[in-house]
Amino acid sequence: MTEFLQQLINGLALGSILALIALGYTMVYGILRFINFAHGDIFMLGAFAGFYLAPKVAMFLPMPSIGGGLAVMGISMAICAVVGILIEKLAYRPLRRSPKLTVLITAIGVSLLIEYTCQNDHVFGAAPKSFPTIFPEYHITQLSGLSLNSNQIIVFAVTLILLLALRFIVLKTKIGMAMRALSFNPEAAALMGINTDIVISFTFGLGSALAAAAGILLMGVLPGLKAFVAAVLGGIGNLPGAALGGVIIGVTETLVAGYISSTYRDAIAFGILIIILLVKPSGLLGKKEIEKV
Amino acid sequence: MNIRHAKTFFLGALVLCFLVSLFANQINSYWLFISYDIGINIILAVSLNLINGYTGQFSLGHAGFMAVGAYTAAAITNQFGELNPYLSIAVFLGALLAGGLLAAVAGLLVGIPTLRLRGDYLAIVTLGFGEIIRVVFQNMQSVGGARGLSVMHGWTNFFWAFGFAAVTVYVVTALVHSTYGRGFIAVRDDEVAASAMGISTTKYKVTAFVVGAFFAGIAGGLYAHSKQFITPGGFNFMQSIAIVVMVILGGMGNTIGVIIAAILLTLLPEGLRAIADIEHIPGIVTAHPFVWVSDTRMIIYSLLLIILMLTRPQGLFSLRKSLSK
Repeated sequence: MTEFLQQLINGLALGSILALIALGYTMVYGILRFINFAHGDIFMLGAFAGFYLAPKVAMFLPMPSIGGGLAVMGISMAICAVVGILIEKLAYRPLRRSPKLTVLITAIGVSLLIEYTCQNDHVFGAAPKSFPTIFPEYHITQLSGLSLNSNQIIVFAVTLILLLALRFIVLKTKIGMAMRALSFNPEAAALMGINTDIVISFTFGLGSALAAAAGILLMGVLPGLKAFVAAVLGGIGNLPGAALGGVIIGVTETLVAGYISSTYRDAIAFGILIIILLVKPSGLLGKKEIEKV
Repeated sequence: MNIRHAKTFFLGALVLCFLVSLFANQINSYWLFISYDIGINIILAVSLNLINGYTGQFSLGHAGFMAVGAYTAAAITNQFGELNPYLSIAVFLGALLAGGLLAAVAGLLVGIPTLRLRGDYLAIVTLGFGEIIRVVFQNMQSVGGARGLSVMHGWTNFFWAFGFAAVTVYVVTALVHSTYGRGFIAVRDDEVAASAMGISTTKYKVTAFVVGAFFAGIAGGLYAHSKQFITPGGFNFMQSIAIVVMVILGGMGNTIGVIIAAILLTLLPEGLRAIADIEHIPGIVTAHPFVWVSDTRMIIYSLLLIILMLTRPQGLFSLRKSLSK
């Protein structure tokens, strides 16, 4: 039982990171109806930004500390937000009126471009790098034998704060209302005087910032594909769905790796996805789209 | 290409590849191996074109079908290849067919969920199937697992590579241009209208997946017997994307364009490699002036893809404006 709870905690930590990335996929899909394949690479850029920023920030703030860690995270989020907005402006905006497939292929192209540019020896290189410790580390061991390290607490806290902030932005602010209007009906939103370009840029910036935060928290690179699976699982375009999908994938994957076989963990995420889509083609919380003729 | 052209093309191509294969031992072996790749890529791209281009079902898992064919064929020839030297061709063809058939079964399994899904959801599910197939092979110790499987017989030659390419082109063209095959295009153009006209969209979608997967399996078998070493990593998501790019570049639903794109994209890395190897250009002092190309090959590839999509989304060789709206 203790082991199960322990795996559950580990799974929830992984799941909340996946949820942060999945939110970016889902927000862009909700507004533009296309899969931003490059989002997983923004996540990677976030991790790299943190890697290079940490020594710089350490000159001003004590390094393994909450304040220093948050500063690194904040700056990486800002950098990735800018990168996300730039990608949208250069690659996706000219294709706003093109068929979906064209945009999908472009997104794959952008993803490959970022990946191979970063792998180039003159940029970051392909060799793995060890991420510096930016948050203080200590272990808390409970009486029952459960261990919860400070990293996991930070992951839970940061994810919770970011999710609440996102909820506030989407539901309570003017730009959030514009985002919802745009995802409901882009033409009508434009007619009501909403500047769609600004709203779309904002959405890309917001999603990229969340991905960067996830990159810092995970302190490593994992294929963004899994986060995307999480977004589809929860019903793409649906914000609570993305969070739920992330947690489900994270927990199941950790449990499968712990109890069955770690080599099958990559297949598990896709397996769950296929089963759920077969039963409910629009995802767990997604709304059924009716095609009108 | 219409049906009558397809027949002439088919016979012409078979005769041509028989003639060329007679002189195959005089061709530089480097180019001979590249020509196998070209034949295999034509099979892959044309068969994916049936699913993506003609039927409009966006599939991102073609490498998975290829893997099924490659592993099946390789396991069979490794087992029975030594039987009798006179039977080797029969064993090889049998292995390829068995690989194709198993891949077709996998295609059937993927085809069934497509009944309910469309667009992006379908793309991600096919991607998922491809990844699951790869992970399964990675865990299958009887075929080497993640270490890979060495294939004992290098039986792929010019005749088989291009002969099967010709068969693929002929079957896909004949299928799409037959009375029955008009249904594929109807499903692509407007699924709702097609089903209102009494076309069983389900049947057409599954047929497209099964036929496409069968030929991908054949291509996988040829690939295994050309490289003589296969690993699950060789059939990953990137390989599927590479095939999709051939179809997009050639223009969805344009067989000739797709064939040209498959040839060009197979030659592109070799061309870039040749440019990187240039030692000296008159007027430029530095030796190896283009050596940077070898590091930036994939960057150039992805940039070309983005530029192509921004400027000619209908593909390089397509005359029609836009196919999928």
